[in-house]
Order: sequence, then structure tokens, then C-alpha cells
Amino acid sequence: MTSPLVSIRGLEKRFDLSGSLLEQITFEGGRFRRKQEAVHAINGVDLEVHKGEALCVVGESGCGKSTVARTVMGLLSPSAGEIHYDGQRIDNLERKDSLPYRRKMQMIFQNPYASLNPRMTIQQTLEEPIRFHHPDWSPVQVRDKIHEVMHSVGIDPDWGSRFGHEFSGGQRQRIAIARALAVDPEFIVADEPISALDVSIQAQVLNLLMDAQESRGLTYLFITHDLAVVEHFGTRVAVMYLGRVCELADTKTLFSAPRHPYTQALLSAIPKLEDDRPNHIRLKGEVPTPVNLPSGCVFHGRCPYANERCRQEVPQLITTDGGTQVACHAVDEGRL
Amino acid sequence: MTTATVSRWDRFRESFFWYSFKRDKVAIVSFSVLLLMVLAAVFAPLLAPADPYDLALINIMNSELPPVGLSGADPAFPLGTDAQGRDLLSTILYGTRVSLMIGFGAVVLQAFLGILFGLLAGYLGGKVDAVLMRIADVQLSFSTLMVAIIVGAVFKASFGNLMFGEIAIYMLIFIIGVAEWPQIARTVRASVLAEKKKEYVDAAKVMGFGTRRIMFRHILPNTLSPIFVIATVQIANAIISEAALSFLGLGMPETQPSLGSLIKSGFDYIQSGSWWITLIPGLVLVVLVLVINLLGDWLRDVMNPRLYKG
Repeated sequence: MTSPLVSIRGLEKRFDLSGSLLEQITFEGGRFRRKQEAVHAINGVDLEVHKGEALCVVGESGCGKSTVARTVMGLLSPSAGEIHYDGQRIDNLERKDSLPYRRKMQMIFQNPYASLNPRMTIQQTLEEPIRFHHPDWSPVQVRDKIHEVMHSVGIDPDWGSRFGHEFSGGQRQRIAIARALAVDPEFIVADEPISALDVSIQAQVLNLLMDAQESRGLTYLFITHDLAVVEHFGTRVAVMYLGRVCELADTKTLFSAPRHPYTQALLSAIPKLEDDRPNHIRLKGEVPTPVNLPSGCVFHGRCPYANERCRQEVPQLITTDGGTQVACHAVDEGRL
Repeated sequence: MTTATVSRWDRFRESFFWYSFKRDKVAIVSFSVLLLMVLAAVFAPLLAPADPYDLALINIMNSELPPVGLSGADPAFPLGTDAQGRDLLSTILYGTRVSLMIGFGAVVLQAFLGILFGLLAGYLGGKVDAVLMRIADVQLSFSTLMVAIIVGAVFKASFGNLMFGEIAIYMLIFIIGVAEWPQIARTVRASVLAEKKKEYVDAAKVMGFGTRRIMFRHILPNTLSPIFVIATVQIANAIISEAALSFLGLGMPETQPSLGSLIKSGFDYIQSGSWWITLIPGLVLVVLVLVINLLGDWLRDVMNPRLYKG
């Protein structure tokens, strides 16, 4: 296998909850104590994105999938771990050194109503990144590039003088995609790019993304909670739960033979047409709070197969004979 | 394409701003009055019958003449004359000019400081935010007038009356501008805090744009509407502050009177029957501040969509 385009190693991200030093000090049992709390959004994620693929990250709300996307793009700095792009570590670069990677890596956001600057016309929105990254280009080159990306996302270049709020949600998302494509990226992180759109528009935008992948040779890290989209779009799928990757497999393999108990429960929740008697796996309890993580496997409190080892020891991703990588002691021990 | 090219003017005429202006009689009247006063003040040298700054033209024999219509009036002085024999109409025109200059100048200075510090505090956050906002708090805990009186008195004592007269206008702009910047800084900071969480800011960061470019080209234009509202009201406040300082004798000298110093100069004669020297400039000041405040209120209603009236 060739070396991955993007590799995420041991990534952790904590968000501090406890505030300033004064707010941390509490009085308990006759003595002052310093109490620090943090939300553990990501707890040791290892992922590799290969050139040309679309790696989908799925999971429920709050499992840290958006945090992974934002950390990869450098919008958040990781608390621990490393991010490599084409063999080069990028999470600790100075701004000046990171500029070439800004051009190669782009992001598409969830909410097309907030991701376009309301005071800029479409022309300005698309022009600024091109001029910024190619200061030596002539005005004609810049204009041609804008026309090219606008055409490729199905937006009429004559609409350039309009503002973002004059467009519908689907059109705005197309413009946001055009902005990302304007700097000719290799790698695009899409953070739930279609979840804010109408169902009828979702397919169009998804197809647009797939066309762009084909014509420009793009690699995607695609964050979503929509399993139908994953099945349609993903090359490989990573399932996240409470800040950890619990299963990573080819899309086909994952959907036909899920190994991790959480993945099995997740997939059983997809509504089917022939479902007159739904056979969902019901998990007991709630997702634990990411402030106080459970010991051992983060899923053990809700897992029907959990045993003593699951409560003590954190499972690592292991490769099974089917090629699936799964973080589960039960699978490891052959109990499942 | 039907609407491919829309000019700025067309856009403005179709905007909610213009629409609500057309429908609001108070706004139209206020704006017309303000425009009239500003134009009169700007073109004072052309409009005024006499030059109140030219001592050679003043005749002390003409002092305290009443406005036209009262007995003893001279038709050469439509609004009468002040204690030095200056034509009151001309003096008011020049005085409005000085007052407006100080008002606008002080607000430009306030806006410059306020926008800069507000943007830095809001966008960078953390220690920068804490330090800048504590400075603002400390500054707000002093009354503007008190600071201005102290600074003005110190300057007046150290430069002497004559020198102070020459730099008074810049001094007042500086004092009022510096004393009031926290108002704008806080407003800007609050809007920046709301704007910087939006995804277009993340998109700009992902593009690799620098902090300065994001702050000034992406966030600042989106925080302008509250700044606009505050600045309008602050012009009125600055004019009032200047008038108050002048009334206390720490503002514009009588040789170059603003509306405030005119009111003060006439105040000494109000008991002796020459009421017009105080009353007419006072009226002009009240109308000027009132229309600016009314415009400010209207702007606030228009620019804050949550206050849409049904």
C-alpha cells in the first residue's frame, strides 16, 4: 500500500471547562483544592486517508467527528498527537510555513447560510483566495479561474455581483464548494456539507462533490451522520464513539458485516422499506459524559458483550481477517 | 441575465434602509434639518453676513442689539448682536461649524480607537481582551467631564490663555475622543464575539488569511451597523460635552466661539435683558442635538432587525 496522504496519529483534543485559576479552586472537606475539568472530545484517534479515496467519519452527535475535521484543518490545535500531510507534520507549523498546505487542504462547512461572508459579493468571495495564493496572476487569469470554478459547480458566472443571501441554500453550498476548489486543493474536509440542505438538494450537492472528485482527483475526509450518504459516497468508513474510532472498514464490508457491537447497533437503526417489524438493537442507557470518560472501553457501559477486561483495558484497533479494523476485546477474543 | 448588473445606487434604492427612511417622517425631517445645519455650517464663510473672527469689523457701539422685530433693532443684524458687537447670526453659523467639527472629530477619534481596541479584544480574546477591557472599565469609571475638566485646566494653566485659544479645538477633540472610546470598543467587541464564531471566519482561516486581514476585511464590515448607530449618538454627546466644557470656561475661547461658549458669553447678560445672546445659540444647540439623536434612534431601529416594528 502507498503511503497515506493524510495521517492522524494518536490525536487527542480536550476542551478546558474549569476556567481561570481562581475559578478552579474549590473548598472541600476543610481544605482548598484545585479542580480541573475538561471535555475529552477526541481520545486517541488514528486515521489514515489515502490518495483518491473518500473516507467517511460517522457517529452520533458529540462523538468528536467535527472536532477531528477542525483539528485536521488547523482550526483547533490538538492537545496531543500529530497530523501529517504527505509525510510532513503540519499541526505545529508556523502560519507562514503552513500556507502551501492551506492551498492543498480545503474545507466545506455545514451551514451554507453562515459560511459565506454576508458583506462580500460572490465575485469577491471567490476572488480573494485566488489573489491571496497567486499574487502573481494577472486579472485575466484570476477571472478565468473564477469562471472555471463557477461553471464546474453549476453557478452562472454572471451572478458574481450578487451577495450570498440572494441565493438558496443549495446554491450557497455550491458557492462554498467553488471557493474551496478555487485554490486547486488536493484534499477536502467536508464537515456535514449536506445536512443543512433539503433532501432534494442533498443528492445534487453530493453528486457535485463526486464529480469534482473524479475530475480533479480529490481526496475527501467526509464527516456525516447520514449512513445512506456514507453507503453512496464513501470508499472507507470510520465509526466514532465518544472520541474514539471503534471500527474502520471498506464501505461494503462495513455495511455487510459490521463487527463492533456499536456499529451493529448503529446499522440496525437504519430504517428499511421492508421494516414492518423493526429489529433494532436497543442499547441500554445513555452516551456517557465526555467530561468523565469511562475506564477501559468507552462503550462498555452499554455493550451487551462487555466483560471485566472491557471495563479495565482500552481496546486498540486490530485488523481482523475480513480486513476490518476494529477496537473491541470481544472481537479480539473471538467472543463475537 | 436580467439582473446581472445592479449598480450600488439601485441596490441602495431597493434596500430596506431607504424604504424605511422614506416612510419615517421623523427621520426625513431630522435628516433635512441636520443637512441644512451642516451645510450652513460648512458654507458659513459664504453665508454669514459678517466675519466674527475679524476684530477690525466689530464695533463695540453695536453691542447688545436685539433681533429684528424688537425695538431698537438694526436690520444689518437679523438676530441681534452679542456683548462685543458681533453679528449673532454669523457667530452662530461659525459656532455651529466649530461645534460640529469637534463633534465629528471626536467621534472619528473615538471610532478609530474603539474599533481598533474592540476588534483586538474581541478577536484575540484571552489576555489582550482582559487588559484592554479593564483599561476601558477604568476609563469609564471616571466621568468624561471630570477628566476633561482636569486635563483642560492643566493645559490652560500651562499653555496660557492665548496659546490655549489656538489649540483649543484640537484639545477638545482629543479629550472627548479619548474619554469616550470605551463605548465604541465595547460595542465592537460584543459584535466581534458574535461574528467570529460564524463559519465564514473559519473559512477565511482555512484559506490561510492572516489575522489582520480576517479582522479588518471579514469581521469589521459585519460589525459596522452597531458602530454606525453608536457613532451617531456619540456625535450628539460630543457636542454636548463640548458645550458643557465651554460653558465652564474650559472649551473654545470667546474669540472663536462654539455654541457652548456663545451660550456662556450671553449668560452674563441674561439678567440685563439681552436674553437672545444665550437663548438663540441654545436653541440651535438643542435642535442640533435633538435631530442627531432622533436620527440615531431611527438608525438603531432600522439596523437592528430584532426591533422591526409591525
